[in-house]
Amino acid sequence: MASGNALLELEGVSKRFGPVQALDRVDFTVGEGEVVGLVGDNGAGKSTLVKTIAGIHSPDAGSIRFGGETVAISRPQDATSLGIATVYQDLALCDNLDVVANVFLGQERISDGPARVSRQLDEAQMEHRASELLSGLAVTIPSLRSEVGTLSGGQRQQVAVARSLLGEPKVVLLDEPTAALGVPQTKQVLELIGRLRERGLGVVVISHNLANVFEVADRIVVLRLGRAAGDFEAEKTTEEHVVAAITGAGGGGGEGAEG
Amino acid sequence: MNTTATAEPVSEKVRVARSETVRRFVQGDLASLRVVLGLAVIWIIFQSQNDRFLTAENLTNLMLQITAVGLISIGIVYVLLLGEIDLSVGAVSGLAAAVMTVLNVNHGWSPYLAIVAGILVGTAIGLLQGSLFSRFAVPSFVVTLAGLLAWQGALLQVLGSTGSININDPKITGLANTFYSDAVGWVIAVVIVAAYAGVVLAGHRSRVAHGLTGEGLAPLAVRIVLVALVTIVAVAILNSDRGVPLALLILLAFVVGFEYVAKRTRFGRHVYAVGGNAEAARRAGIGVNKIRIVVFGIAGTMAAIGGIMAASRLLAVNQSSGGSELLLLAIAGPVIAGTSLFGGRGAVWTALLGALVIGSISNGMDLLALSSAVKFMVTGGVLLLAAIVDAIARQQRQAAGRV
Repeated sequence: MASGNALLELEGVSKRFGPVQALDRVDFTVGEGEVVGLVGDNGAGKSTLVKTIAGIHSPDAGSIRFGGETVAISRPQDATSLGIATVYQDLALCDNLDVVANVFLGQERISDGPARVSRQLDEAQMEHRASELLSGLAVTIPSLRSEVGTLSGGQRQQVAVARSLLGEPKVVLLDEPTAALGVPQTKQVLELIGRLRERGLGVVVISHNLANVFEVADRIVVLRLGRAAGDFEAEKTTEEHVVAAITGAGGGGGEGAEG
Repeated sequence: MNTTATAEPVSEKVRVARSETVRRFVQGDLASLRVVLGLAVIWIIFQSQNDRFLTAENLTNLMLQITAVGLISIGIVYVLLLGEIDLSVGAVSGLAAAVMTVLNVNHGWSPYLAIVAGILVGTAIGLLQGSLFSRFAVPSFVVTLAGLLAWQGALLQVLGSTGSININDPKITGLANTFYSDAVGWVIAVVIVAAYAGVVLAGHRSRVAHGLTGEGLAPLAVRIVLVALVTIVAVAILNSDRGVPLALLILLAFVVGFEYVAKRTRFGRHVYAVGGNAEAARRAGIGVNKIRIVVFGIAGTMAAIGGIMAASRLLAVNQSSGGSELLLLAIAGPVIAGTSLFGGRGAVWTALLGALVIGSISNGMDLLALSSAVKFMVTGGVLLLAAIVDAIARQQRQAAGRV
């Protein structure tokens, strides 16, 4: 592997929705400080795989190890408590709330002292922490008290990523983080992903955009029709090879490639 | 590389803050300021038509007139923040007042127990409607429309054959008919200003303690002085008539209390979050259904309290208690004062401000001896105008939303 110890390892994971075999004995790993690009055609099983890791779907078969230990992830809370954070494509931000409120949504800090009875928000502490978090990511946001609805797509993506880091996760799953972003904003988000790697996080990036994946990923895993159809080191392969694995036009690189 | 938020020069921050203020004004977040100006215009117009309008006596009457609808509107604000509606609050207010009155007058309950029972009826109805709404995903419009009919029927049932019951208990009638002496009025003024200053300065200290740059002490001082001025003028005016009415203090206490809950507590934050993006709230682990049920419980509770205040002022409950335009005015008030019908935006004090606007229009037209026909049409026009302004502000936000 390109980087340190394996953090998250999936072995032979399968998931079936009625007649559709969405995942078929998929192996997948991501290590510390490693960015893994997860690519594949529509319906290849990328989203299903991520949702399985995130605890939204539970697998029909196969095992998941986290930090070397076999774990069961059957609810989103299980994933969160293990240290797996997910940033969904539609971001799930509240446009009517400011940046601080969105970063802490559902995990608000409560004041000490007598006001604790009413669950009074500790706004100053939250703003302080949000400011640390965002400047640690070198994020460009005009004011922490701006409503999220007034931010650009790239800034919203950064807020969503910052929020996922609040629980100090070890693995971050990003679902199409650059979809619908302009060129400079895409660059911001890719740089942000680079900084997550520098912090030693394992990062899984789903993307349709192979150029983006090549720019940021250490390793590229291809899914095709629910099966692992290739596992490439980004520096040692070319877009042609990856495209071939995606489309099934022969030549796939890794185990599980279609015969 | 990027510049970080913290590395920006100070002048840049000031510029951003200033443009933020302009944007908020244009896009309607400062709608309350527009409404305050509108209220001033309304007062000037009526005063120019009838110089009794701005007398201490009439302003005191105005305060008494808006208490019930203002209290009901507080609950409506919470429901509107969720992007929902509660059409049953008028009927609930009438039923709660009737339950209180029947228990007190016909069954000899103590006034306190009767009041508590009336309020709990409202709470229970609200929780029931909220549960039906969230459990079965029936639109709140329909659930509470059914409630409107059902609770009106319950009101007639509780009142029985007489159709009207007079309230004689001094504890109950005292709610809307008690006035404090001048001295007590000034003590109240001092307490209000001191409490406000204390809260503002505590917030400032907390920010400084966390190393955050605040807006500086000058704007805080301006706000405190402004609140002090308004309080002093209000108390002076009320004292020159009958004194500060208990009813107004009850209304203010609920407005301040629920404003605090909305803006400063985790529950309030979650209400705004559910109203802004329910799916995002759910994914963030917020119990969306629980929030919805509690909010409808608040609406029912405040409706009951408003109904009890109305009965206290009227000295009776009858078959039309909580009927006619009460419901519509309670909803129109916050909307006129800037709480959005689309959810997620608004403030509890718009209940007070909206009740003032609507109450002023109604009171002023009564002084001019205009008919109900004209009153309804004018109030309707004002509501429509406010709703259009809200919709335009929303469109602008959406247009500006994703640059």
